[in-house]
Amino acid sequence: MAGVQVANVSRSFGAHKALDDVSIDFADGGFYALLGPSGSGKTTLLRQIAGFDFPDAGRIAIGGESVERVPVEKRRIGMVFQNYALFPNMSVADNIAFGLSVRGEPKATIAKEVQRALDLVQLGKLGGRKPHQLSGGQRQRVALARAIVTKPRVLLLDEPLGALDKALRVDMQIELKRIQREIGITTIFVTHDQEEALTMSDRIGILRDGRMVQEGPPEEIYDRPQSEFAATFLGDANIFRGNATGFGIKLPDGTTIAASTGASVPAGAKASCAVRPERIRISTGAAKPDPANANTLTGRVSKRIFAGNNSTYFVDRDGQTLKVIVQNTGAERLAEGEPVVLSWSPDSTVLIAA
Amino acid sequence: MADQLAIGSRRGLKPALPLLLPAYLWLTVAIFLPLSAMVFFSFMTDLPLAGKEWSFTLGNYAVFFSQSLYSTLLFASLRLGLEVTLWCIVIGYPAAYVLAKVLKGRSREAIFLLVILPFWSNGLVRIFSWAMVLREGGILDTALNAVLPFKINIDLMYSYPAVIIGLVHSYVPYMVLTCYLTLQAIDDSLIEAGRSLGASRRQVLWRVIIPLSMPGLIAGAALIFVPVVGSFMEPRILGGRTGTFYGTVIEDQFVAVFNWPLGAALSFILLAVVLIILALAAPVLRRAG
Ligand SMILES: Nc1ncnc2c1ncn2[C@@H]1O[C@H](COP(=O)(O)OP(=O)(O)OP(=O)(O)O)[C@@H](O)[C@H]1O
Ligand SMILES: [Mg+2]
Repeated sequence: MAGVQVANVSRSFGAHKALDDVSIDFADGGFYALLGPSGSGKTTLLRQIAGFDFPDAGRIAIGGESVERVPVEKRRIGMVFQNYALFPNMSVADNIAFGLSVRGEPKATIAKEVQRALDLVQLGKLGGRKPHQLSGGQRQRVALARAIVTKPRVLLLDEPLGALDKALRVDMQIELKRIQREIGITTIFVTHDQEEALTMSDRIGILRDGRMVQEGPPEEIYDRPQSEFAATFLGDANIFRGNATGFGIKLPDGTTIAASTGASVPAGAKASCAVRPERIRISTGAAKPDPANANTLTGRVSKRIFAGNNSTYFVDRDGQTLKVIVQNTGAERLAEGEPVVLSWSPDSTVLIAA
Repeated sequence: MADQLAIGSRRGLKPALPLLLPAYLWLTVAIFLPLSAMVFFSFMTDLPLAGKEWSFTLGNYAVFFSQSLYSTLLFASLRLGLEVTLWCIVIGYPAAYVLAKVLKGRSREAIFLLVILPFWSNGLVRIFSWAMVLREGGILDTALNAVLPFKINIDLMYSYPAVIIGLVHSYVPYMVLTCYLTLQAIDDSLIEAGRSLGASRRQVLWRVIIPLSMPGLIAGAALIFVPVVGSFMEPRILGGRTGTFYGTVIEDQFVAVFNWPLGAALSFILLAVVLIILALAAPVLRRAG
């Protein structure tokens, strides 16, 4: 088991920079999610770490040992592919045994380790089946067992749950997390799904156009995004743009918004504020203003979407549509077209340098 | 796959019959009728032409067993078929691998064309061009002597190697095509998965790629072995006096000696032997594939 250090790694395909000076530290035993839109370089980064592809520049170390030029078969990594990539001509047990057998382990050891891996992924009795006789979730487990049976130093997964339906996905998330805890392996997990990234990982790295936009624990990225992109890509956010005042920003119409978290931006410079929809309180004009929620704006409800336990209000204000999420506690519901007051605390407002 | 089969069997063959009819008609006219005529001939003492007397006999088949010449030639032809098939694998499989897994885009198309080219040229033209290359004072001889500092005599013409070269050249496209198709279907992620598990390129080749391309190798081998065992054109032209094989003897019966009944009987013995070989090989190959 080992940590992975990626330092200033760049990789271009022709004129296109798929990775542009990416640095990130994956601590030993951690569970990392790499998140980003399609084409942002997630797979490319994972392939550099795996050794399927070599960077043009930069350093990659696994367990402190430089591996930029080490081919994949010598890196001692485990990889789970999006399409599982199980060998169709081999039984489940032979698939899992493959890594041990190419290493020349004795037959008895292989049989024992394979059974242990099968038990770990709860497929104890299916060793004799062929991959095409398994369900999607079972194939997923076999791919995982095959990747970890060789005791790799790092486990790399490229959208491993992408092909599963929602319910199975949640099961597998829990399962994957359990197995990762059990063997304590450093895990790097590529995903499209922000919810998956938030619930599963210890840390998240957000990629955009080949650059690492922000990296940190999920709570930190969610509560203190350092860019508009990070704010809107991980979760929903209302963005206000204006000029920094030293305590927040002033919008073009003169309204000020106070922010007590985020970057420090010199007064007068362009800046924006991000507010999560669930941090905003929505009320009719008649309600008494709450001193704790110092930021207030007025607007008009343009749409309300009911989603069972919560409702989303879209509020029009001065050409901007703001989003507010309210728990459905049985209190009054606001009608479309109704004038409303929005208020929230400066503590919930993140200042972002433009 | 299993789903498709299930659907097929549930609907039954009946709706497909009108679609299959033309194919069956064609098979009947083009293959079954001439073949039955040949079976008939093979049991006759003589051709019923020009009012000659004829009767039924097993004599044509008996000839094969009474004269060791025929079984010797059959063995020579089987060996020829085996050797040509092996050379086609040795040359065709790597070529198919490069086409399917290494080359991309334009260069793939160009090389593909080169591989298919022998298919489009007339068989006789192909064989005679080899004759020009292989004979003493031919292209190969002249070229090698121009490059090498010492004098060597290359005269492969009218030899066993010449027959092999000509046949391999004619039949290697089959191997390339069948292997290309199966290699093409192997997902690259399987190769990457193998390597991520610590297997070297060579181990991935032997444990993943070759087993998965077995169907293509088998199909190619069957497509090559069967016609090569009965071949007569290449052995005759490139082999000269050394080029007497089972196929050339059959051809002689039809075009030179006009002993059609013996020719037909020898053909059916060949057909039976080839079918037996394929039947014996099938379970072994299926296990490997
Ligand atoms: N082998 C390659 N040749 C040329 N361009 C490539 C190659 N691999 C990746 N790219 C390009 O690099 C960029 C990053 O690709 P990558 O596959 O890493 O994206 P991704 O973040 O994994 O996207 P997705 O979420 O869609 O899987 C893309 O613009 C892609 O077109
Ligand atoms: Mg990808």
